[in-house]
Formats: sequence, structure tokens, C-alpha cells
Amino acid sequence: MTQTARSGGPVPAALPYLQALPLALILGALLLVPLGLLVVVSFFDYDSIRIIPDFVLTNYEEVLGSAVTWRTYANTLKYALMVWAITLLVGFPVAYFLAFHVRSTAMQTALFLACTVPFLTSNIIRMISWVPFLGREGLINSALLGAGVIDRPLDALLFSDFAVVLAFVHLYTLFMVVPVFNAMMRIDRRLIEAAVDAGAGPFAVVREVVVPLAKPGIAIGSIFVLTLVMGDFITVRLMGGGQRASVGLMISNQIALLQYPAACANAVVLLAVVLLLIGAVLRVVDIRKEL
Amino acid sequence: MRRALLAGFFGLFLLFLYGPTLTIMLLSFQGPEGGLTFPLRGTSLHWFGRLFQRQSVGDFGAALTRSLALGAMVMAATVAVSVSAGLAFRRHFRGAGALFQLTVASLIVPSILVSLGIGLLFSQAGLDATWWNAAFGAQLTWTLPFGLLIMFAVFNRFDRAWEEAARDLGASPWQGFRHVVLPIIAPSVVGVALFGFSLSYDEFARTLLTAGSANTLPLEIYGMTTNVTSPVLYALGTVTTGVSLVAIAVALGLMRWLRRRTG
Repeated sequence: MTQTARSGGPVPAALPYLQALPLALILGALLLVPLGLLVVVSFFDYDSIRIIPDFVLTNYEEVLGSAVTWRTYANTLKYALMVWAITLLVGFPVAYFLAFHVRSTAMQTALFLACTVPFLTSNIIRMISWVPFLGREGLINSALLGAGVIDRPLDALLFSDFAVVLAFVHLYTLFMVVPVFNAMMRIDRRLIEAAVDAGAGPFAVVREVVVPLAKPGIAIGSIFVLTLVMGDFITVRLMGGGQRASVGLMISNQIALLQYPAACANAVVLLAVVLLLIGAVLRVVDIRKEL
Repeated sequence: MRRALLAGFFGLFLLFLYGPTLTIMLLSFQGPEGGLTFPLRGTSLHWFGRLFQRQSVGDFGAALTRSLALGAMVMAATVAVSVSAGLAFRRHFRGAGALFQLTVASLIVPSILVSLGIGLLFSQAGLDATWWNAAFGAQLTWTLPFGLLIMFAVFNRFDRAWEEAARDLGASPWQGFRHVVLPIIAPSVVGVALFGFSLSYDEFARTLLTAGSANTLPLEIYGMTTNVTSPVLYALGTVTTGVSLVAIAVALGLMRWLRRRTG
């Protein structure tokens, strides 16, 4: 992570503390304090117009005791696992091609850049851009109608699980490609030559050398994709057309109804689930070397 | 053969990434009879004109101005704080591990929790959350981790010999930073700036509950998705993607120029 420090020199000992202070203050005030507040408010009581400082467990009882919550968590987890599997299946070959099969460094940089540019453009616009394809009169329906596969346009293309998962994959595959590519670039090429010299075929090289050494990158990508999908509400709202449920959407609905303590309890549960998922990934793969 | 297959797959991936956005860009240049789907009905700048008229659905110009201003603020803060913290992490200091974990946590905590937490913090403190205070802070929790990770990547490859040479020649720490370290890391600092601006400019979830009543552009776009069903939406997509692409192009050009200058 960081290089070992040199001792001595004219740099005052307090300097690194001063340099790190702004980051610590900002994250303390805008991450730790708000999350602490979420936990506190999750024990508050509320009525239809205001929140009442108190210590009650009713919010958690309502969250954990409702069948809707469990179904919503199950549905969100389903999205997360599907998107994770697809982004891995798509992202791995993309990263592998970039890392091992692009010969010139300039080309590699250009193609890597091409993969990351969409990350710096608007997610909402990228979701909207599926309308011409998935809409009732969109390209897919026209093509299927034209080919005689269907005789009425499919309504279920947009506003469906399919659209939600498609949009997630579209938005988040980058988060898998970049860490996997980084891990692959660190693989010593001589290991691959050695494997080939020892008689390994292309698939054996990938299975026995590339995958094990790229695992930390896969783990980081997996953590990104899983947490982004688990906490999402905008993609599910836009692509699901209000008919699909997710935990983030449930929280945002509670906020819209000003049920802040209920939303907070839900948020705390979501955070716990996300941390459990990350813990599960880290149990399988040790990523410390990568950081 | 295998390489050709992989290259083909990669090509399809790029098509998947860019195809839809290019499609709505194309559809935004339709004539006044145009709709949300193909076929293209004529070509004109009609929908861009409509975009810049003050509309009943919202105020695109004001939202764009706010988003650009906020993007510039977040960019400046992200650069200053990330570079400073990046310098700190080159030495050992107590709490370095904890601060690093906190930064990674900032990346992983779902956006809606940050948004809700900061929104509550402001309302409990009796402050009005607006785009330039609460939303500005909420966006920093998203841009700073990226900024710091970029700085880590830079300083991991950084050759300290240059700095030591400057010190041996009598440079003060500040002179060493200003005349030796900064010129070397400058291209990456531009990268941090690009991330700071772009991630802020497109940020939605962390801004939603923290921007108060005045919308930033992504919030405005989100509002439009529910009640605008004309190519105005696509024209908006073309304009806002254009702004992002210009930012990326400017940053890349600047990085190239800086690299050439330092050789």
C-alpha cells in the first residue's frame, strides 16, 4: 500500500498528520457521523408528521417481522447474484483480452480508456438509452415482429427483471473489468511461459495460472458489483417501471413517506447484509496483497 | 483464432457499452415529428431548441449551471484533499490503517445510506440542506476514495531519488514538492480532477436527499423521465454526455501536454 517511510530529513513529524487531517475530518463528519445518526434514529419513534426521540425496537420488529421485507431482500439478492455472475462472465474475458492479447501498450491504453469512459458519463442517461431498444415500439420488438417470432409486441422488455439486470450489467461491468485487469497486469509473464513450456494448453493456463493470480481482482470487482446492486434504487425504479422491488427502493419509499426511523432501521439492516456479503467474499479470497 | 474470438467478444462489449448512448444521440437530432423509437423522422435541431426554452417541466439551464458549479467545487476539493492525503500516506503515521479503511468504506457503503444520513444530519441540526453544502459533502464521500486510490497508484511508482536529490541540493520540503514532486505527479492530479468533476456532475443517489429544493442536472433528468416522453429527453442526453466527453477530452489533452513537458 504505502512505501516504507524514510526517517530523518527536515520534514516535521507532524506533517503527515496535517496532510491527512482534511480527509479524516471530511470522512468523519460526512460518513461516520451520518451513519452513527442512522443507527440512533433507527431506534426513534415516529408519527405521520415528525420523528420522536426515543428508544424503541418497533422499527426493527416491523422491518424484520414483515414478509414484504424478506421478499424484497430476496429479490435484491437475486439481482445482485445474477448481475455478479454476468459481469464476471463478461468482465473476465474482456480484461483477459486487454491484459494478454493486445500487443502494443498504446493500443492497450486506448482500449482500456474506451472501457472506462462510460463510467464518467451519466448513469441515468445510459439507462434511458435502452428505451429505443426495449420499448413497445423499440428495435427488439420490431425485429421480432418482422421475423414473425411474435405477433404482438412484448410489453415485458422494458419494465421487467430483464431490463433491470441488463441495465445493471451495462452500468457495472466496468467495476469488474478494471480490478481484474489490474490484477492480470501484475502477473509475471514468465509464469505463463513456464506453464506453456510445461505443456499447458491455453485453457489450462487460464485455469491454473491466470484465474488463481487474478483472484484478488475478481474479489474487489465482486465487492463493487454486489454492493452497488444491493444499495441501488434508481436502476430498479427506472428500468423496473415501479413494478419491481429492491431494498434501496423500499428505503426511498419510506423516506418519501417521512418514515425516517423505519427507513433508518431498514438502512442499518441493509448495511449489515452488505457487510456480510463483503465478509463472505473476503473469506474466499485474501485481497490484502492487492491493496 | 482464439485471439480473434476474444477480440470479437471485446468488440461486442464496446458495442454494448456505447451502442445505446450513440443511438439516443442519433434520435435526438430528429425532426419535430420524431418519437422515442425508430424510424428516424427527419433531421433537425428542434429538440435541442426545446431543451433550452424554459419549460413547464423544469429548468434545464439552471440545473446545468448548478451541476457545473458543484462539479467545479467537488473537483477542487477532491484534488486538494486527495493530493494532501496521498502525501501523508507516503510516511508512517498513527491511524493510517484506520483512515485507509474508512476511505474504502466510503466507497462501499450504499449511496442511499450516505444520502439519508447526511440529509438527517442537516435536518436534525436545523440546517437547510442545499446543493452547495449537504450535496457537496455527500459527493465528496464518493469522489475522495477514487482520488486517494489514484494518488496511491502514483506514489507507488514514484521514484524518491528525485526528491532526495532536490533535498540534497538544499530545497526545502515545500520547494521539493512544488518544483520536483508536483511536476511529476501533475498528469495524475489532472486524472483526479477529472474523476472529481465527472463523478460529481453525474452523481444521483448521494445528491437526492441532500440537494434540497434546487435540482442538480441528474435530479432534473430523473424528474423528466417520469413526465417527458419526447426526444427532448434524448437531446438532454446528448448535451450532458457531450459535457462529460468534453471534460474527458480536456483532461486527456492536458495530461498529454504535461507528460510531454516533463519528458
